[in-house]
Amino acid sequence: MEKKYWKSLEELNNQPTDDKADHIPHGRDLLDIMNEEIAGKTSSRRNFLKFCGFGFASAAILSSCENPVKKAIPYLNKPEEVTPGMANHYASTYFDGSEYSSILVKVRDGRPIKIEGNNLSPITKGRSSARVQASVLSLYDGKARLKGPSKGGEKSSWQAIDDEIKAKLKEISDAGQATVILTSDIISPSTLRIIDEFRAHYPGVRHVVYDPVSYSGMIKANKESYGRAVIPQYHFDKAAVVVSFMADFLGTWLNPSEFAAGYAATRDLTNGEKKLSYHIQYEAGVTISGSKADKRVRIKPSSVAGLLIGLYNSIAAHAGASTLPGGTTHDTFSNLAARLWENRGKSLVICGTNDPDEQIAVNAINNLLDNEGNTITFANPLLTRRAADADMESLVEDMNNGKAGGLILWNVNPAYDYHHPQAFTEGLAKLKLSVSLNTSQDETLEHVAFSAPTHHYLESWGDAEPRTGCYSLAQPAMRPIYNTRQAQESLMRWMDNGESYYNYLKDFWKNNIIKGGENEWRTTQQKGVFKAEVSETEPAWNSDSLTVAAYTLAESKEFQGYELHLYETIAMGSGRYANNPWLMELPDPVSRIVWDNYASVSPASAAELGLAEGSMLQINSIKVPVHIQPGQADRTISIGLGYGHTKFGKVADGIGVNVFPLVTVKKGCRTFTGIFEPDVAAGTYKLASTQMHHTMEGRPIVRETTLEGYLQKPDSGNELHAEFEAKKATLYKDTEYKGHRWAMAIDLNKCIGCSACVVSCQAENNVPVVGKEEVLKSRSMHWMRIDRYYNGDENNPELVFQPVMCQHCDNAPCENVCPVSATNHSSEGLNQMAYNRCVGTKYCINNCPYKVRRFNWFRYVTNEKFDYNMNSDLGRMVLNPDVTVRERGVVEKCSFCIQRIQEKKLLAKNENRPLADGEILPACAQACPSNAIVFGDVNDPNSEISKLFADPRNYHLLEELHTLPSVGYLTLVRNKPEA
Amino acid sequence: MYKAEVRGPLILGDKNYRQISSDIIAPIDQPTPNWWKAVFGLSLLMAGFGVFAMYKTVAEGIGTWGVNNSVAWGWEIINFVWWIGIGHAGTAFSIFLLILRQKWRTSINRAAEAMTVFAVAAAAIFPALHMGRVWLAFYIFPYPNTRGPLWVNFNSPLFWDFIAISAYLLISASFWYFGMVPDFATIRDKAKSKVKKAVYGFFAFGWTGSSREWLRYEALSYVLGGIAAVLVVSVHSIVSTDFAVSVIPGWHTTVFPPYFVVGAIFSGFAMVMTLMIVIRKMYKFQDYVTDSHLNAIAKILIFISLIMGTAYATEIFIAWYSGSQYEMFTFFKNRITGDYTFQFWAMVVCNAFIPQLFWFKKVRQNLTFAFIISLFINLGMWYERFNIIVTSLSKDYLPSSWVTYHPTWVEVGTYIGTMGIFLIGVLLFFRFIPMIAISEVKGVLKPTSLNKNVQKPVSHE
Repeated sequence: MEKKYWKSLEELNNQPTDDKADHIPHGRDLLDIMNEEIAGKTSSRRNFLKFCGFGFASAAILSSCENPVKKAIPYLNKPEEVTPGMANHYASTYFDGSEYSSILVKVRDGRPIKIEGNNLSPITKGRSSARVQASVLSLYDGKARLKGPSKGGEKSSWQAIDDEIKAKLKEISDAGQATVILTSDIISPSTLRIIDEFRAHYPGVRHVVYDPVSYSGMIKANKESYGRAVIPQYHFDKAAVVVSFMADFLGTWLNPSEFAAGYAATRDLTNGEKKLSYHIQYEAGVTISGSKADKRVRIKPSSVAGLLIGLYNSIAAHAGASTLPGGTTHDTFSNLAARLWENRGKSLVICGTNDPDEQIAVNAINNLLDNEGNTITFANPLLTRRAADADMESLVEDMNNGKAGGLILWNVNPAYDYHHPQAFTEGLAKLKLSVSLNTSQDETLEHVAFSAPTHHYLESWGDAEPRTGCYSLAQPAMRPIYNTRQAQESLMRWMDNGESYYNYLKDFWKNNIIKGGENEWRTTQQKGVFKAEVSETEPAWNSDSLTVAAYTLAESKEFQGYELHLYETIAMGSGRYANNPWLMELPDPVSRIVWDNYASVSPASAAELGLAEGSMLQINSIKVPVHIQPGQADRTISIGLGYGHTKFGKVADGIGVNVFPLVTVKKGCRTFTGIFEPDVAAGTYKLASTQMHHTMEGRPIVRETTLEGYLQKPDSGNELHAEFEAKKATLYKDTEYKGHRWAMAIDLNKCIGCSACVVSCQAENNVPVVGKEEVLKSRSMHWMRIDRYYNGDENNPELVFQPVMCQHCDNAPCENVCPVSATNHSSEGLNQMAYNRCVGTKYCINNCPYKVRRFNWFRYVTNEKFDYNMNSDLGRMVLNPDVTVRERGVVEKCSFCIQRIQEKKLLAKNENRPLADGEILPACAQACPSNAIVFGDVNDPNSEISKLFADPRNYHLLEELHTLPSVGYLTLVRNKPEA
Repeated sequence: MYKAEVRGPLILGDKNYRQISSDIIAPIDQPTPNWWKAVFGLSLLMAGFGVFAMYKTVAEGIGTWGVNNSVAWGWEIINFVWWIGIGHAGTAFSIFLLILRQKWRTSINRAAEAMTVFAVAAAAIFPALHMGRVWLAFYIFPYPNTRGPLWVNFNSPLFWDFIAISAYLLISASFWYFGMVPDFATIRDKAKSKVKKAVYGFFAFGWTGSSREWLRYEALSYVLGGIAAVLVVSVHSIVSTDFAVSVIPGWHTTVFPPYFVVGAIFSGFAMVMTLMIVIRKMYKFQDYVTDSHLNAIAKILIFISLIMGTAYATEIFIAWYSGSQYEMFTFFKNRITGDYTFQFWAMVVCNAFIPQLFWFKKVRQNLTFAFIISLFINLGMWYERFNIIVTSLSKDYLPSSWVTYHPTWVEVGTYIGTMGIFLIGVLLFFRFIPMIAISEVKGVLKPTSLNKNVQKPVSHE
């Protein structure tokens, strides 16, 4: 029982006086005993001394009390659904203006602590991404989040700014000027309705959608080709051949977590079907999609146009269609065209450039291959990317020429990510009204007059329609922390609508979406998603569009000089989450670099330019550190977007360089590639990477084979496994595991390296952020890492990913060397850490062949030197109460999410039933979009894990050491000819 | 026994017993020399810097060091093993040479034992300091407790290490101290100041020099010597198991226990040589620590150096013979060649080649050369530990975790600090304790020389 400390005699005495409360056991009061003793006695020297002694002793004890008494105040009226210590999950929706995910928010004691995917969603199917996982941390960003309404940087009240804004809106409207609502993509149908109403209320109001990384070229192309200005649905799960030109569909292109799931299904060899899709990737920079491809071809961005025509012509030869003028051919095309033709209707050609003509060429190829209606459908088009770049261009013009009088910004930050920020801010200064509805501080904020911050999405109501007919609801998981107001409500107030957005939303859904009453509303709210029937016909192909586009494309030639290629990174995206330390410290899956963006240069180009790792490259006035990236196309330079903020928060500011100013507008679309003259600048820069060595040195770490090899012999590439199993010998008796025995299998064929698991693990297990300096010293704290190895040609290597966490060896080298038994083995096969017992000799770290153990080199909590989320009371709210926050000087590592195992075991026990297979999902397995991680009980012969462990592809990392790991890896199988 | 003319006298200069006492006690009686003050001041500075570095470590965390999540041990363990190795010589001298009846040891063993005690004390700082939570260091004691009871892990080499070092420190210190009791009595009897008399009297345990006391004294020496003889072998064997028990290539080696013991004696003897050359020079003990003493040490060093060379060759051969690609990599790609080539070859040259110069009599007898070579050996032995610890950890099984390691000023500072502490101990020993075992030296004084002395006029004191 916890000790009871008291501050004063009054407090000590303050016992319930009600004598009838006999059921409350209470000891005798110390003073009562003394009172009894002195009752009726005259005051004596003895008693005097007694009291003196007591008094001094109490004073001494009280003054030496180090820890102040903190009171936990229980609920006066406990909400029905809240049980202290038990988590609740609320279905909600994540949408940050580009990426959509249907989620469950894990709420412990009133605070959201973890995001999980919602299995009921037809789109994301319970999968998430690194950014979705990290989004919960932004809720507690006490420094960057705006605390309440303000005017000109001065704190204000809602009433005051509402009145002023309303007056200004009216003034602008009366003057015949336009007020523009500039937002990121909005997929909320109710919000769109509110904006419509707003437009009706104030004549002249326009809504402009702005996306710093837009797909407007694609939308334009689809408008031309199909008459539909939308992005169709891509069915990667049905694609036997995937051809991607510069599109990182597994990492950042459109809706990657959805694509990853579909793609992984075609790369699955464990489901009984012995076939693999064929994936070829043409790209400049190295992406995770390129790394997973069966063949990766390095191309320059300027060659895409020619290659598309070339590919079209190669296929046209099979189809007997007329060919197009121009075009370049490629060695791979003859084979590829045959393969595509063979798989027509079951293939997919995509392109990641934002050039409408190129996209039309892609449409033409897909048309030729009969993919429309099969792998590409228009019935449920993607609504998350609808920005038209031309709108933004004309808006900036209007702002500068006086046509626009007011601007309401919502979830956009053009002062940072617009390619010509000065034009934007200058225009902003000329406006009569500028309001920002953004949640957090950003570069634009200082240029606007009013700030009316909206809630964080986890505090908000909302809805979403990411695809036509696929709806989902968002509900708040906690009360607003600050004096913020939901943006929709702000708009409603400004048009004198006093209703709450919640009621508006509810009515809107009841009337327009679910078309039902309170009951339906409640069930939908619980499920989080709703699917409506849509009857859309597939649009017809307009061949004229191709004629026009082909004419333009025939003109374009591959450029011989240096080309620039700007891309979204896995962690940062377009930079919206730059102030999120989890994402900042998430290693890039390919370069493994954290806390910076950099210019990737191929080894040959680096030699040509005389660059070394960490040299500085100058592009216009921007200086970027160089990273030599094997696999980068020669004479191309790839730089990640989203870094180099200046007023975005403590974490983001000054990290990396902002390359948005290098974006250009071509054919009315933002273009992320360009031509430039590289200039070597003076100085060097240290990039922090979590991996220093990049080849496997011929060690059987990632075992790989080809599809042919696999079909001949399922254990192809994995022959060593049988050999080691046969050689297995020990002097000791094998430990018997009665009951459960936990294990994990990782399918290297399905793992795409997206790193959602890494952030999920960090969120679940309270893993601290350590900062660039510490990463430079190889002290990253991540419990799981995704090793990346290069293999083959230095200029165009194959890349492999391998997630590595604690292998939970049955014969663990770490266990027998710990002098104090702080790390030991559980009866269920887990390697456990008793943090309280650890004295920090670090021998276990040395003796772990997998190097998965992490030492707390410093105190990472409440330490000014590590001023990330764990340094503030608010930031620490995200901590998972089920997982100990580790002290300085102890060793930590993956626990297989023991807290989740225990939770589900108890649940099953309470419900008096056996645990179901797959019921326990460690955080990494939960987040994995491609279902590469399977966890379960190997003592259950029918479990999925048992089947995977029996698969001939299964092996253990460094099994020759006889450590007997509980983690198995399934060989990587590429669909390529035998080497 | 010592009448044979074949052997030269062990003590030169025709000393008589009285002269021996006064010669050896002289540094204690005379005023503190200036060089002593200067070196002591320097040692204090070094120790102060070290203590600051240690404070930094304990107050802020091991993160102030350069170690990381792959190379979790760095300078602190290198220095720990290095100091323990140096701490080997004293007891080895006393015990092995005692067993081998090498009487020449008598003029050296006291200083060597003192060195042992201070070196082991310096070494003991590191295992404590490198703990992440040093304030919980007591968890490593197997004491009855209310946590279950929760015992230490008797399988862990770190636990064996802890026991071995504490036992070694205890026995070496006792052996050293009990050997000094008769000498303290001599000083007490000769002392003129009351304070000195009282202090030395206290440490002399009321020694009167009766035959019965000498009998007990001899018996105790043999008992402690017997225990210490085992510990000399065990302590460094056990330190070697810190590495040999692991699975890390370059550590997982069965040759380690003998290799470490021999290496330790090697570095210890080299340090003894360094120290004796200094003592001899500074305190003019040429008559006691004669050229033939240094000559003998040099010969031993040649022999051990050959063993070291064999050990290095064996390791490399076994790495190749094992057929294990991990072992091969560690030895051939990360030691003989690779990032740590310099450290590897520095080790081989300093330990296996440079001491071979002692084959030349001229080198052996040239004190400057001998002094420099002895320093090289100590440097080489430091590099040996660096090789073992850092190269193995920096590139082990999974290349994804390969890193390089660089120490920070805190680690360097701690090392300098332990040198300061060691020097302070040695200097205090110079100043306050007879550096040569008076009673034992008297035992090896040749009667022939004594006879000569008799002919000289006897002083009237």
